[in-house]
Amino acid sequence: MAATAPAAENVEVMSQVKQQIALANAQEMLSKMTEKCFKKCIHKPGKTLDASEQRCISQCMDRFMDSWNLVSRTYGNRLQRDHYKGAADMAD
Amino acid sequence: MSDFETDLTSSDKELQEFLMMEKQKAQVNAQIHEFNEICWEKCIGKPSAKLDSATETCLSNCVDRFIDTSLLITQRFAQILQKHDM
Repeated sequence: MAATAPAAENVEVMSQVKQQIALANAQEMLSKMTEKCFKKCIHKPGKTLDASEQRCISQCMDRFMDSWNLVSRTYGNRLQRDHYKGAADMAD
Repeated sequence: MSDFETDLTSSDKELQEFLMMEKQKAQVNAQIHEFNEICWEKCIGKPSAKLDSATETCLSNCVDRFIDTSLLITQRFAQILQKHDM
Protein backbone atom coordinates (compact mmCIF):
# COMPACT_ATOMS: atom_id res chain seq x y z
CA MET A 1 0.00 0.00 0.00
CA ALA A 2 2.81 2.37 0.87
CA ALA A 3 4.52 1.25 -2.31
CA THR A 4 2.21 3.10 -4.71
CA ALA A 5 2.75 6.83 -5.14
CA PRO A 6 -0.35 8.96 -4.44
CA ALA A 7 -2.32 10.34 -7.38
CA ALA A 8 -0.95 13.68 -8.53
CA GLU A 9 -4.09 15.61 -7.55
CA ASN A 10 -3.85 14.23 -4.01
CA VAL A 11 -0.23 15.00 -3.25
CA GLU A 12 -0.82 18.60 -2.23
CA VAL A 13 -3.85 18.04 -0.01
CA MET A 14 -2.23 15.03 1.68
CA SER A 15 0.85 16.95 2.58
CA GLN A 16 -1.29 19.82 3.90
CA VAL A 17 -3.28 17.44 6.08
CA LYS A 18 -0.08 15.92 7.44
CA GLN A 19 1.35 19.34 8.15
CA GLN A 20 -1.75 20.52 9.97
CA ILE A 21 -1.86 17.37 12.08
CA ALA A 22 1.80 17.79 12.97
CA LEU A 23 1.12 21.39 13.95
CA ALA A 24 -1.86 20.42 16.10
CA ASN A 25 0.24 17.73 17.80
CA ALA A 26 3.00 20.20 18.57
CA GLN A 27 0.49 22.67 20.00
CA GLU A 28 -1.08 20.01 22.17
CA MET A 29 2.35 18.96 23.45
CA LEU A 30 3.32 22.58 24.12
CA SER A 31 0.20 23.41 26.06
CA LYS A 32 0.26 20.23 28.19
CA MET A 33 3.94 20.72 28.87
CA THR A 34 3.45 24.32 29.95
CA GLU A 35 0.62 23.37 32.26
CA LYS A 36 2.46 20.42 33.84
CA CYS A 37 5.83 22.10 34.22
CA PHE A 38 4.35 25.29 35.62
CA LYS A 39 2.62 23.17 38.21
CA LYS A 40 5.79 21.22 39.05
CA CYS A 41 8.28 24.07 39.07
CA ILE A 42 6.59 27.31 40.06
CA HIS A 43 5.38 26.92 43.60
CA LYS A 44 5.22 30.55 44.61
CA PRO A 45 5.33 32.91 41.63
CA GLY A 46 7.88 35.65 42.33
CA LYS A 47 8.95 38.82 40.54
CA THR A 48 10.92 36.89 37.91
CA LEU A 49 11.53 33.28 36.87
CA ASP A 50 14.65 32.68 38.91
CA ALA A 51 17.54 30.48 37.80
CA SER A 52 16.43 27.41 39.75
CA GLU A 53 12.91 27.67 38.36
CA GLN A 54 14.31 27.93 34.85
CA ARG A 55 16.50 24.89 35.43
CA CYS A 56 13.52 22.98 36.79
CA ILE A 57 11.44 23.93 33.75
CA SER A 58 14.01 22.79 31.25
CA GLN A 59 14.48 19.47 33.07
CA CYS A 60 10.73 19.11 33.33
CA MET A 61 10.36 19.59 29.56
CA ASP A 62 12.95 16.88 28.88
CA ARG A 63 11.32 14.47 31.32
CA PHE A 64 7.89 15.26 29.88
CA MET A 65 9.08 14.18 26.45
CA ASP A 66 10.76 11.06 27.90
CA SER A 67 7.49 10.23 29.60
CA TRP A 68 5.50 10.84 26.42
CA ASN A 69 7.77 8.54 24.45
CA LEU A 70 7.62 5.79 27.06
CA VAL A 71 3.83 6.03 27.31
CA SER A 72 3.61 5.91 23.54
CA ARG A 73 5.81 2.78 23.36
CA THR A 74 3.86 1.06 26.15
CA TYR A 75 0.53 1.83 24.51
CA GLY A 76 1.85 0.68 21.13
CA ASN A 77 2.96 -2.64 22.63
CA ARG A 78 -0.39 -3.03 24.32
CA LEU A 79 -2.31 -2.39 21.12
CA GLN A 80 -0.22 -4.93 19.32
CA ARG A 81 -0.57 -7.51 22.09
CA ASP A 82 -4.35 -7.09 22.27
CA HIS A 83 -4.58 -7.18 18.50
CA TYR A 84 -2.76 -10.51 18.28
CA LYS A 85 -4.71 -11.88 21.22
CA GLY A 86 -7.94 -10.83 19.49
CA ALA A 87 -6.84 -12.52 16.29
CA ALA A 88 -5.90 -15.70 18.19
CA ASP A 89 -9.25 -15.72 20.02
CA MET A 90 -11.01 -15.47 16.68
CA ALA A 91 -9.02 -18.42 15.37
CA ASP A 92 -10.04 -20.63 18.31
CA MET B 1 -23.24 3.57 0.95
CA SER B 2 -22.14 1.12 -1.76
CA ASP B 3 -23.71 3.34 -4.45
CA PHE B 4 -21.75 6.21 -3.06
CA GLU B 5 -18.56 4.20 -3.06
CA THR B 6 -18.87 3.02 -6.65
CA ASP B 7 -19.20 6.65 -7.72
CA LEU B 8 -15.83 7.51 -6.25
CA THR B 9 -12.87 7.82 -8.56
CA SER B 10 -9.74 5.92 -7.59
CA SER B 11 -8.08 9.12 -6.45
CA ASP B 12 -11.09 9.91 -4.24
CA LYS B 13 -10.81 6.45 -2.76
CA GLU B 14 -7.15 6.95 -2.16
CA LEU B 15 -7.86 10.22 -0.37
CA GLN B 16 -10.59 8.60 1.67
CA GLU B 17 -8.24 5.83 2.79
CA PHE B 18 -5.52 8.33 3.55
CA LEU B 19 -7.87 10.40 5.72
CA MET B 20 -9.11 7.34 7.56
CA MET B 21 -5.54 6.33 8.35
CA GLU B 22 -4.65 9.81 9.50
CA LYS B 23 -7.76 9.98 11.63
CA GLN B 24 -6.86 6.71 13.29
CA LYS B 25 -3.32 7.91 13.94
CA ALA B 26 -4.69 11.14 15.41
CA GLN B 27 -6.97 9.17 17.74
CA VAL B 28 -4.05 7.06 18.97
CA ASN B 29 -2.06 10.23 19.44
CA ALA B 30 -4.80 11.89 21.47
CA GLN B 31 -5.01 8.76 23.61
CA ILE B 32 -1.24 8.92 24.26
CA HIS B 33 -1.58 12.54 25.37
CA GLU B 34 -4.32 11.54 27.76
CA PHE B 35 -2.40 8.59 29.23
CA ASN B 36 0.72 10.68 29.55
CA GLU B 37 -1.18 13.34 31.46
CA ILE B 38 -2.75 10.83 33.85
CA CYS B 39 0.45 8.87 34.43
CA TRP B 40 2.65 11.94 34.72
CA GLU B 41 0.50 13.00 37.69
CA LYS B 42 0.74 9.53 39.24
CA CYS B 43 4.42 8.79 38.70
CA ILE B 44 6.51 11.93 38.44
CA GLY B 45 7.79 13.66 41.55
CA LYS B 46 10.37 16.39 41.20
CA PRO B 47 11.76 16.49 37.64
CA SER B 48 15.38 15.28 37.75
CA ALA B 49 18.28 14.74 35.36
CA LYS B 50 16.75 11.57 33.94
CA LEU B 51 13.79 9.23 34.33
CA ASP B 52 14.96 6.62 36.83
CA SER B 53 13.99 3.00 36.34
CA ALA B 54 11.39 3.03 39.11
CA THR B 55 9.64 5.94 37.39
CA GLU B 56 9.83 4.18 34.04
CA THR B 57 8.26 1.07 35.55
CA CYS B 58 5.57 3.20 37.16
CA LEU B 59 4.73 4.90 33.86
CA SER B 60 4.44 1.74 31.85
CA ASN B 61 2.47 -0.07 34.58
CA CYS B 62 0.25 2.99 34.81
CA VAL B 63 -0.66 2.82 31.12
CA ASP B 64 -1.40 -0.92 31.23
CA ARG B 65 -3.39 -0.75 34.46
CA PHE B 66 -5.38 2.24 33.22
CA ILE B 67 -6.39 0.27 30.14
CA ASP B 68 -7.23 -2.77 32.32
CA THR B 69 -9.32 -0.55 34.58
CA SER B 70 -11.16 0.92 31.66
CA LEU B 71 -11.91 -2.53 30.23
CA LEU B 72 -13.01 -3.89 33.60
CA ILE B 73 -15.29 -0.96 34.29
CA THR B 74 -16.80 -1.20 30.84
CA GLN B 75 -17.55 -4.91 31.39
CA ARG B 76 -18.96 -4.47 34.88
CA PHE B 77 -21.00 -1.50 33.78
CA ALA B 78 -22.53 -3.52 30.98
CA GLN B 79 -23.40 -6.29 33.48
CA ILE B 80 -25.05 -3.80 35.80
CA LEU B 81 -27.09 -2.37 32.97
CA GLN B 82 -28.20 -5.84 31.95
CA LYS B 83 -29.22 -6.85 35.47
CA HIS B 84 -31.10 -3.70 36.29
CA ASP B 85 -33.22 -3.06 33.35
CA MET B 86 -35.52 -4.30 30.72
